Amino acid sequence: MHTITLDGETDFDGWRKAARLLAMNGVAPADVTWIVAGGDEPELFPAAQNTPLEDVRGTFNVPAPFVALAKTVILHRDPQRFALLYRMLWRLRGNHDLLQLATDPDTSKLESMAKAIRRDEHKMHAFVRFREIGREPKSHFVAWFEPDHHIVELAAPFFARRFADMAWSILTPDLSAHWDGHKVSFSPGVDKSMAPSSDRLEEVWLTYYANIFNPARLKTKAMQNEMPKKYWRNLPEAALIKPLIDKAERVTSEMIAAEAQEPKKPQRREEIMAKSHGTASAEQFNDTSLAALRDEAADCRACPLWKDATQTVFGEGPKQASVMMVGEQPGDKEDLAGKPFVGPPGQMLDKALKEAGIIRDKVYVTNAVKHFKFVPRGKFRLHQKPATPEIKACRPWYEREKALVKPELVVAMGATAAQSVLGKVVPIGKTRGRVIDLDDGTRVLVTVHPSYLLRLPDEDAKAREYENFVHDLRIVAAHLSESARAA
Amino acid sequence: MDVKRKLEILADAAKYDASCASSGTEKRDSRDGKGIGSTDAGMGICHSYAPDGRCISLLKILLTNACNYDCLYCVNRASSNVTRARFTVDEVVQLTLDFYRRNYIEGLFLSSGIIRSADYTMEQVVAVARKLREEHHFRGYIHLKTIPEADDALITEAGKYADRLSINIEVPDEGSLKQLAPEKDVRAIRRTMGRLRLKLDEAREGAKPTPRGRTAPRFAPAGQSTQMIVGADSANDATIIKTSANLYGSYNLKRVYYSAFSPIPDASRSLPLRAPPLMREHRLYQADWLMRFYGFDADEIVAGDNGMLSLDMDPKLAWALRHRDRFPLDINRASREDLLRVPGFGARAVQRIIETRRISSIRVGDLAKLHIPRNKALPFIVLPDHRPAVHLLDSTQLAERFKPKAKQLGFAF
Repeated sequence: MHTITLDGETDFDGWRKAARLLAMNGVAPADVTWIVAGGDEPELFPAAQNTPLEDVRGTFNVPAPFVALAKTVILHRDPQRFALLYRMLWRLRGNHDLLQLATDPDTSKLESMAKAIRRDEHKMHAFVRFREIGREPKSHFVAWFEPDHHIVELAAPFFARRFADMAWSILTPDLSAHWDGHKVSFSPGVDKSMAPSSDRLEEVWLTYYANIFNPARLKTKAMQNEMPKKYWRNLPEAALIKPLIDKAERVTSEMIAAEAQEPKKPQRREEIMAKSHGTASAEQFNDTSLAALRDEAADCRACPLWKDATQTVFGEGPKQASVMMVGEQPGDKEDLAGKPFVGPPGQMLDKALKEAGIIRDKVYVTNAVKHFKFVPRGKFRLHQKPATPEIKACRPWYEREKALVKPELVVAMGATAAQSVLGKVVPIGKTRGRVIDLDDGTRVLVTVHPSYLLRLPDEDAKAREYENFVHDLRIVAAHLSESARAA
Repeated sequence: MDVKRKLEILADAAKYDASCASSGTEKRDSRDGKGIGSTDAGMGICHSYAPDGRCISLLKILLTNACNYDCLYCVNRASSNVTRARFTVDEVVQLTLDFYRRNYIEGLFLSSGIIRSADYTMEQVVAVARKLREEHHFRGYIHLKTIPEADDALITEAGKYADRLSINIEVPDEGSLKQLAPEKDVRAIRRTMGRLRLKLDEAREGAKPTPRGRTAPRFAPAGQSTQMIVGADSANDATIIKTSANLYGSYNLKRVYYSAFSPIPDASRSLPLRAPPLMREHRLYQADWLMRFYGFDADEIVAGDNGMLSLDMDPKLAWALRHRDRFPLDINRASREDLLRVPGFGARAVQRIIETRRISSIRVGDLAKLHIPRNKALPFIVLPDHRPAVHLLDSTQLAERFKPKAKQLGFAF
């Protein structure tokens, strides 16, 4: 039989040294008794009876998480903790996976003890209440707290990090912690009478506690789960709990029963003019300016896409531009920013425009559909292709933009844009790269949408398609310089 | 009016905002000896709990409860007869520091009635945060209410000082928002949320370590959140959940809070004055969790014609009872995705199952150690020493088993 005497309740190093020696000597857990010097446990087996342990050289490995677990569990008040930890150490030598086995009784017990320590530490961080002695800046803040376990040393650094510029002490029955602005020190536990019994701010704090409480939602069990009664005696606000509960029902039923009073003052609000949310048909509107058109489009309800989207993303560019570029619809980023082509396809477009020698600010950029169509997936939004009714519903905006901007060349990027611009579904592969003359005098160039380039998985295909896209844009560039010469 | 009286009014005015979280921000402390305060990267701290079961983590107050808006559900609406008060910037700063030094709070959650204009109100709110951070080097948590349509420079500054920003969407349906809060504009709310999301993304990208250090200014490291009032209008649960899914996806919200509409003093006549639908609120939070941590889609959580969640049982159990063909599940083999759908299995329990079953197979006796409620889970799972009776999953009795026991009525005396 071996009796190990540890220096204190939280003597991890002593436990570790003894446990290592015991294990190296092959001493089974059942043959060890652990006691704490000066503790309450009687020393049943005086040290003299110990079989001497050989100071074996060498070492053995345990999983790293065990060391952290043991450091935590040793703070538990259960006197069996030293023996339990040694038994786990003993068993771990034969089975390294034991700590992952949540169904093992020892693992389960140690986990729940560690959890109790973490909870106790968390509650100490939460429920310590400082009381001020003297007045700032010379004051000293002192708290009284009664932790369940030996956690004062564990919990103290938190207060040092947080209240670095104030002198504080936390007094407990076991151990007291102090901070002087430079370092944490510890002294023996004291009696509650050593702690101050009042603070000038407590009345204000109680006022806050009483008024932040909503009497119509009484849930005392939920409160007690998180703030058990054992803490109440050291929480100044706990004195209010019973009176608040007692009158909650009366207060609430009075609120429900009370007839609404006439408002004392005239309501300041004015009737908000009902905005018309009709469909966007081109004939209906007479406004000529682009800004007015943009404002009008902001309230568009011509199809249901507005509901889930953030905003209408209207076109952008010079009032009169010789080239108008039309995309499919705004994407995630465009929807948030309220501007067309600012996300990854926009960056792709910018790059290709630059390479083709086109200044983006010189062209008018817009979309065939002006709201973002998507389905939410967790933290993201998955782009959905607009359907024909949505393209049709949105077309009047494009027509009216075109009527104001008066472009000589419209560039339709992708199938949706081509459908809107040409008024029919066309195959992109066969239509792209040549200028089409429409009946109304507009010239149209169909090409791919820059997001198509982003979607291609194969790098070679990506490079090739990018070249083709730039090639199409060079037609636009030629057109721009031609029209500049004409002007 | 003294500060204590103002606190009575302005705390009372702020309590209908459910959020009091102080979690999810960056790690800070005051060990440099300049000022006070600290935050941890993980969870926040609740310093107290009120008898309504709600966590008290922050000093949650309004700067003023005077308001130009007349939102029917709100205790501070322009036409209400409540006493009005207004804190000065210095009063809020002092109160925050005094409470913080005594370890009553993690920080400040400041909101305000709309006075004069959106920009003026936002400027006042930002002034408090600025003073706390710049003059007092306060490193605790700050949550600021963002006023929709406020100037971009003010929003950028708010994000520089705050850990979290929030804008309340109030109700899921645009039509009822028009009725209940005629001055509020859901489009403006969404546009501002969109602006916040862009700034949050930019700051997160810019915070990545590069040789040049941070490339974007700090912006609300604990992200943005919102709140929906439940039960003030006729929106059903399906609409609420769908709106939440949209908001999470669109604006990368950290949280959507659901707040059961609760009777207020001096209420408007046009609202349902009754006990708040707390169980409904609870079910909505459970549904929200299913979407965020359990891989459920918004449209598979609610079933039935009325679009409401069952009040009798949690939404995952209700889903499982509608999909009995997918059960019983052999939990020693099932995928993580499937395990997350078993009634009674929490995310932690699923993690423990996956770790444990690599080493040894799980039996009935192990369920308690895995923190799984046996009665709830057993009809849906197969274990080496358990297989639910074939008729049990098919029986109509199964749903009845889980409904709360009817309470026997007392005899009148």
